[in-house]
Order: sequence, then C-alpha cells, then structure tokens
Amino acid sequence: MSKIKIHNKSPHIDMTPMVDLFALLLTFFMLTTTFRPQEPAIIDTPASISEKQAPDKEILSISIDKVGKVYFNLDNGPDTTTKFRAKVLEKMGEQYKITFTPKQIETFSKLAAFGMPIQYVGKWIDQKDPAGRDKLQKLLQDQKLDGIPTDSIDNQLAWWIYFTRQIDRNIQVGIKADMETDYKVVKKILDILQDKKVNKFNLTTNLEKVEVKVEN
Amino acid sequence: MAQIIENSSGKGDGKRKAKKHSTAIDMTPMVDLMCLLITFFMLTTAFSKPKVMEIVLPEKEPDTSKAIAPPVDKSRAVTVILGDNDIVYYYEGLAKADSLPSLIKTDFSKDGIRKFLLKRNKPLFDQILEYKEKIKKGELVLPKDSVSSELKKLRNADKVGPIVLIKASENIKYKNFVDIIDEMAITNIARYAVVDLNPLELKMLEAAPK
Repeated sequence: MSKIKIHNKSPHIDMTPMVDLFALLLTFFMLTTTFRPQEPAIIDTPASISEKQAPDKEILSISIDKVGKVYFNLDNGPDTTTKFRAKVLEKMGEQYKITFTPKQIETFSKLAAFGMPIQYVGKWIDQKDPAGRDKLQKLLQDQKLDGIPTDSIDNQLAWWIYFTRQIDRNIQVGIKADMETDYKVVKKILDILQDKKVNKFNLTTNLEKVEVKVEN
Repeated sequence: MAQIIENSSGKGDGKRKAKKHSTAIDMTPMVDLMCLLITFFMLTTAFSKPKVMEIVLPEKEPDTSKAIAPPVDKSRAVTVILGDNDIVYYYEGLAKADSLPSLIKTDFSKDGIRKFLLKRNKPLFDQILEYKEKIKKGELVLPKDSVSSELKKLRNADKVGPIVLIKASENIKYKNFVDIIDEMAITNIARYAVVDLNPLELKMLEAAPK
C-alpha cells in the first residue's frame, strides 16, 4: 500500500500583490474624493432633465424640508482669504445685538448648513461634535423652534440673504426643496429672494432622462 | 508575525553561522489597514455632483399698481394651471369675463401636457432637434459654449411658438412646479413665465372637471 504523502506546505500567502492593488485603490479614492457635505435634513429632490452641474463655490443654498423648515448655508468663497461665512455671521450678530467670540466665528466658518433662529446659533456652534449639534436640533424641534424664521415679524432669512449678498455680490442662489414640500412655502422663499433682488435661481434636482418623440 | 525561518544547525562544530533571515514580510496588517482606509474613503466620497435646474423669474415691481402685465399675443398664449393631486389644466388664448374658455384637464404623463405643448411648439422643437442632430453627426463642429448660445439664438428668434403662462393654484406640491418647468425644457418652449392666478381663472378652476 502506497501512502499518500501530504506535503507540509506553509499556510502563508504572499500578500504583496494584494497590498499593491489596495494601495492603488486607496490612492485613487484619496485623490478623487470630495467629501459629501453634511445634510441638515433628509431632502428628496424632484427629477428634471437638466444636466447643469451645481456650482461648488460662491453659492448660497437654501434647503427646505418636507414640512417646510428652512435651512441656510453658504460657503467661504473662492479662496481661504475671503472668509464669507465669518463676515456674514459678524454682520448678523451686529444686526441682532449678539456678540460672537472670535473662536465662535472661527468655528462657524468651518461648519455647514444650519436651521435655527440666530439666537441659538451661538449654542449650536459651541457644541463639540456633530452628535451634539443633532441633539440641539432635536431639542429645538421639540420646542418648535427649528428652521430659520421667515415670517414677516422676524424675517431672519431675509437678513441672512441681505448680508450675504452685501458681502459677495456674485453669489449664486441655490434652492433645494423636497418633492413633497408645499409650493406655498417655496413661493414664500422665492418672494423673499425677489425682494432682495435675486431673480435667478438654481433648483437642485436629480437627473432623469426623458425620451421625446414628435408625432407627425 | 514576521516570518522567520531559522536554519538551526545541530552540529556544534564551534563555527558561528550568521543567522539567515527570510526577506518575506507578513503583509496582513498592512492589508487590514488599507482595507479600512479604502472603506472609509468609499463611504464618504460624493461621486456625482448634484444637478441644478436654472430658472429666472421676472423682476418684481415693488408698486403693484404700476405693474402692467406685458401684452401677450392672443393666438400664442397658452395658460397652464397646476391643480391639486397632480392635475394640470390648460387653455389656449386669453380669458375674458364675457367668454370664459373652458379648461382642459390633463396630467404630467408622457401623453399629457407634453403632447399638447409639443404639438404647439413643433416648428421650434424640430429646428432644435435638427440642429442637435447635425452636431451629433459631426456636420457642425462647435465648442460646447457656443452650442448653448446658438440654441438660445434659435429660441429668441422663435416667432410662432406658444407663450406659456404657468399659474399655480393654492395647494400644489413643489414637485409639480419643478415638473412643469421641466416640461418647458423638454419641449423647448422659448417663452414662459410663472405668474399668479387672476380672479377669472379662479372662477374657471371652480367649474373645471375634477
């Protein structure tokens, strides 16, 4: 009887090609990545055939969620020296007699969209991490204080738009609203913008292809 | 976990042998790390930039009494009224108090408002289609910027196509608004405006089929 010989092979696999591959992928992702901005609320945008890309600099974006709460965002401008966010916050502070510390202003310029009255923005900035900010937002929501006030008694959104446009004349306006948002709410925002002499808007949409044929 | 293969020699002949180290390094921890990093980057990357639809609204006259609606040629005027529950009404011509046109009910589907608008806007639509076809076939070579400005010129030269007045009723959703503007883009309507409903149309809307 011949015995079957079992080769005593080492179980080690050479990982080098795998490392090569991963290094390649990693480099690719690191170079192409643009970080997804943090969204203040879940907004399901409607579809359109427009293929125009959203500008990534100098855009003032107003998001409106399903229930009509308004969120505001703007970027820091074309380069690091412009510091639009910081300047706008300072102006808003002056308008509402709220003093922001230099540290708060510094932190604010690194943050993204927010949706709350100016009186709570300081508190929002002071939160240490995104989880804290979410918690604050939730708290405000429970007290029905979330969203930027747009009513005629205290139209803070109008002031935000006014100061932003004062600081950057070339800023474009983007509006991102949910499919289910009432048109009334959007119309109100459009009216506020038109009062501030903005007549051109970019409505964020999802791309959808449509085939059109003409019948003879 | 570096793999070291030792050749231990049992013979004690006094000679010192240099220990032979294998050059193979265990790459497993490196692979682990890279896997982690790749996963992180893959999850945080936003690949496609959001798309936007551009819309320009007519400038507002601060004094409403001074605001005069620009005259619209009766034969070219088409009024589209957005109703509740995704219903679209339209009528051709202008509404006069003594002879109210009846609203025609339709919807956002392929054979709805789009069919009607395409029929009305056929000359311009065909022109633009032909132009785009030419570029596709390579008969016309233009840089991308001038294509859009040429299309704009074609739109501006349009003298027969409909002038669409878009009016939204009270309870519509934002989606309907985007959809109708999108229909304008699909059917290449050269002239359209978003305006408010007037009292006559409110009356017509009440009498319209639900």
